[in-house]
Amino acid sequence: MTETLDLEKLEQDLIAQVDQASNEQALEEVRIGALGKKGTISAMMKGMGKLDPEQRKSTGQALNALKARVSQAIATQKEVLKKQAMDLRLATEHVDVTLPARKRSEGTIHPVSQVWEEVVQIFGDLGFSVAEGPHIESDWYNFGALNIPDEHPARQEHDTFYFNPDKDGSRKVLRTHTSPVQIRTMETNQPPIRIIAPGRTFRCDSDQTHTPMFHQVEGLVLDSDIHLGHLKWTLTEFCKAIFELDDVKMRFRSSHFPFTEPSMEIDIGCTWENGQVKIGEGDDWLEILGSGMVHPNVIRAGGLDPDKVQGFAFGVGIDRIAMLKYGIPDLRAFFESDLRWLRHYGFSALNVPNLAGGLS
Amino acid sequence: MKFTLSWLKEYLDTDASLEEICTALNDTGLEVEGVENMAEVLKDFTVAKVIEARQHPDADRLRVCDVETKDGMVQVVCGAPNARTGLVGVFAGPGTHVPGTGVDLQTGVIRGVESAGMLCSERELMISEDHDGIIDFNEDIAVGTSAAEALGLDDPIIDIAITPNRPDALGVYGVARDLAAKGLGTLKPLNIEPVEGNYDSPISVSLNFPDGDTTPCPHFIGRFFKGVKNGPSPEWMQRRLRAVGLRPISALVDITNYVTIAYARPLHVFDAAKVNGNIQVRFAKEGESLVALDGKTYKLDDTMTVIADDNSAESIGGIMGGEETGCQENTTDVFLEVAYFDPIRTATTGRKLNVQSDARYRFERGIDPTYLDTGVDIATKLILDICGGEVSHKTQAGQTPDVSKTYFLRGDRVKTLGGLDVDLSRQAEILNSLGFETAVKDDGLECSIPPWRPDVNGEADLVEEVCRIIGLDNVPEVALPRFNEIAKPVLTVIQKRMLATRRKLATQGLCEAVTWSFLPEEQAKLFGGGKPEVKLANPISVELSDMRPSLLPNLISAVGRNVARGTLDVGLFEVGQVYLGDKPEDETLRACGVRRGNMISRAWNEQQRNVDCFDAKADAITALKEAGAPVQSLQVVQGAPDWFHPGRSGTFQLGPKNQLGWFGEIHPFVLEKMGVKGPLVGFEIVLNNIPTGKQKSAARPALNVSDLMSVKRDFAFVVSKDTPAEKIEKAAKGADKSLITDVSIFDVFMGDSIGADNKSIAFEITLQPKAKTLTDEDIEAVCAKVINKVEKATGGSLRG
Repeated sequence: MTETLDLEKLEQDLIAQVDQASNEQALEEVRIGALGKKGTISAMMKGMGKLDPEQRKSTGQALNALKARVSQAIATQKEVLKKQAMDLRLATEHVDVTLPARKRSEGTIHPVSQVWEEVVQIFGDLGFSVAEGPHIESDWYNFGALNIPDEHPARQEHDTFYFNPDKDGSRKVLRTHTSPVQIRTMETNQPPIRIIAPGRTFRCDSDQTHTPMFHQVEGLVLDSDIHLGHLKWTLTEFCKAIFELDDVKMRFRSSHFPFTEPSMEIDIGCTWENGQVKIGEGDDWLEILGSGMVHPNVIRAGGLDPDKVQGFAFGVGIDRIAMLKYGIPDLRAFFESDLRWLRHYGFSALNVPNLAGGLS
Repeated sequence: MKFTLSWLKEYLDTDASLEEICTALNDTGLEVEGVENMAEVLKDFTVAKVIEARQHPDADRLRVCDVETKDGMVQVVCGAPNARTGLVGVFAGPGTHVPGTGVDLQTGVIRGVESAGMLCSERELMISEDHDGIIDFNEDIAVGTSAAEALGLDDPIIDIAITPNRPDALGVYGVARDLAAKGLGTLKPLNIEPVEGNYDSPISVSLNFPDGDTTPCPHFIGRFFKGVKNGPSPEWMQRRLRAVGLRPISALVDITNYVTIAYARPLHVFDAAKVNGNIQVRFAKEGESLVALDGKTYKLDDTMTVIADDNSAESIGGIMGGEETGCQENTTDVFLEVAYFDPIRTATTGRKLNVQSDARYRFERGIDPTYLDTGVDIATKLILDICGGEVSHKTQAGQTPDVSKTYFLRGDRVKTLGGLDVDLSRQAEILNSLGFETAVKDDGLECSIPPWRPDVNGEADLVEEVCRIIGLDNVPEVALPRFNEIAKPVLTVIQKRMLATRRKLATQGLCEAVTWSFLPEEQAKLFGGGKPEVKLANPISVELSDMRPSLLPNLISAVGRNVARGTLDVGLFEVGQVYLGDKPEDETLRACGVRRGNMISRAWNEQQRNVDCFDAKADAITALKEAGAPVQSLQVVQGAPDWFHPGRSGTFQLGPKNQLGWFGEIHPFVLEKMGVKGPLVGFEIVLNNIPTGKQKSAARPALNVSDLMSVKRDFAFVVSKDTPAEKIEKAAKGADKSLITDVSIFDVFMGDSIGADNKSIAFEITLQPKAKTLTDEDIEAVCAKVINKVEKATGGSLRG
């Protein structure tokens, strides 16, 4: 009986000591005092050898249970103390989170590149591949093959950049349009042909709205039965897609280009509000595209037979689309590389245009 | 080209409104550039009469006028010095918007006197700059008449852009023909009665070209008028000429201008008294010169057609008359020239002489070569009606050139090319209304082309005529058939490289720029360019004279501009073409980036650091990797082209023959020449030079990793200063290629303690066991191999 009472008393004492231990060191002392080699419980365990087997069994069970409970109490208290110590330490650790973060500079993509990708997304879906040609062109590819003979008045309207004549007297030009790619494509491909040719073009012209270098995208579709109706559909769908509108008011005007017959210019409806243009509706018109059915002479120049092959071509300004779509007022600023402009009108590196997510 | 509505209606019988006419013009390909309709602008302004003007009681300069207007008597306070009793002028009531001032009128009280409107000056109506006083008609015009009508401004002016293929539309008559075909009315017949004349022209005409060739001027008709009275042309003619931007000069000159605009038929009149002998058309003599009607002296050569008298050239054929024989106020005898000049020769001459004129503009595009006789008749009637006089018989040389052409239009071609379903009879009707003669043959139309349409040269042109008259808006849209239900990829390898590199460089904090393809010669030379074949013959300025041999210079200039604006830390890149020669294969696509200023800018928690060579190297490697270059096998060698710092630059290559790019500090001399302050580093890679790897399967090889702990060991070697670090890295890695998975240099030290010609390089190797944990002996064995290999490769020694 007394033994039982002793154990209860001992347990109460030990638990009280554990609860009172205010730091890990004190707790460790309590543990050693109770469970260490010379601790009270250990001593009592050793003293059991003097008892008879019956008693030894019951006392042993009681001591073991006691030991387990004290150990548990110590472990629990240890966690509590650890937490307290950590809280104390953390209370001293403090930063002013309103201080600026580490700087990470973000780059941007130029609007011309962004629109390049948008145009490629749209036409890629229609099966157009992307063709290219050199910027320094021969007279033939830039003019002759496109049904613009030497003395054609249209040639004067091109404001061509020339290089000096070579020893044979022929002079290269900077391509005045992306149309030479039509000929280069016909020379190396057989119909059906569907290509777009985006790229730099050059005119010897510089004022408020003209820069000596700008960007165009050419389109060419050739097959046996392509007609004006296909051209109109393609350009209507393109305008809706690029400007991300359900409907775009469009006007198809008869016009003239030496390399197409019939030829047409396309205007899109717009309104002007506070100097900003709104595309797709309204009573004003903006000319954005030149196009037509490829002239038989051009098909012939490309090495194909105009009696078997026919189709359409078009050209549109990439910079112009960028200006209209993104409200960029000044063409010249495109090429000035002013970081403030690039950051303001540029696009995030990961904002890749795609048909699923949208083009802008 | 400009014309007025009333002028158009002289040839077109129509009830169409101005708006309908403009829409039709646009549809048919005669693009309306602008319409000036003063009747609309001035619709609220009317003629009014000042019944009494009296002095304002409280203001010396003001008068109080009782004005009779279309709405009755109105009191107006007026400050104009010419306001007087009896004046007939232009009145605007309250609510009227005054175009010249931009103000909307209100009834007001001026110095205590009520004023309910305004008497206007010409400037207030924006019809001239005159603001000395209010408009004073000086004649009795009915009160209430519209101001535009009273001022003779009620004829709307239409400005259309004529594409170079349509010389016929460079005359109002041709425009009327298109509109009639479009269904806007009826083209009126000309009804010109030829006048026979009753004497022979004292001046004869001959064509005098080498070998009897007459192609420069196949046909010339002249006519003599004696006893004419030159003076101002009639008001109606002056008004029309002024409306289209021509200054009335004298009746004879105005008549030639009028016929040019009305019928696209340029003419010339010589003052016969100043013509010596007869007229001949010939090539100019070498060294011959002429003072033309614009007062300028033109030096002619023997490719240019001139009209000459017995002494000298008196007119440049198809371009401009000479001052010497020009008509004056006192001219009494004139010789009229109506000729056809070769378009190409006219264009070439005009370009060589750098002279523009209404005549050249029409001749070089090709006027109707059969319209000479009618042209003479039209001019004769106008001269006789306006200037009087007596006319001679016609005198002529050469003959009408044969320009007849016939093309066959298949009946279904408008449908198969133009996408329009049009009855053959309707097609014929349209073509006939445009002056084509048609005959049905084999389900199609045999079409004779009118002589005023040099642009129609085949079936496709006939299709266009039908389509443009029906209107392209009426062509039904037809979807392009899809090649594939789900689109296939369309980009080429190089295009994918371009896109990938661009996006990747933007993720590195660089902003994409698009710079000119040209640069100044001096900069071209600094960057290895300046070859004559890539120099522009007609640059827009000396700053843009050469094609760029590298993307670096324009980006560096851009950096300079940004620095000048106060942005000191700049990172720019460009992906674009570079031109090393004028052949297609000389044009390469490159990616280039520059960084200037701080790489890490001053911050509360970071160490400021300038950009250096290794930032450029990192940019280059990142770009190369994204572009698909085999970066593992790339060699980096010391040095780069001359525009880089000789010691702080490197070249990426796959063997000495294939350089993929360069990086490093830009040479300080180059920066100085370009006026840009460093620190500035850059790189340029040639996307075309990256080898195209084999098409890899989309599937990746199996992942092969070990669960065993990797072990790291550090080494430091003292080697001679010029030993490339790469050599040490490679030697260390080569000690056990399967076990050593990484060698990473973490310190480079130079100092007297290890000798002035030496450096110490410290690196860490990573050993990755695959089959069993490494024992100490295993590790020591590998370390010994590393030491051995590195020492052998570099001649250096392990640092004690």
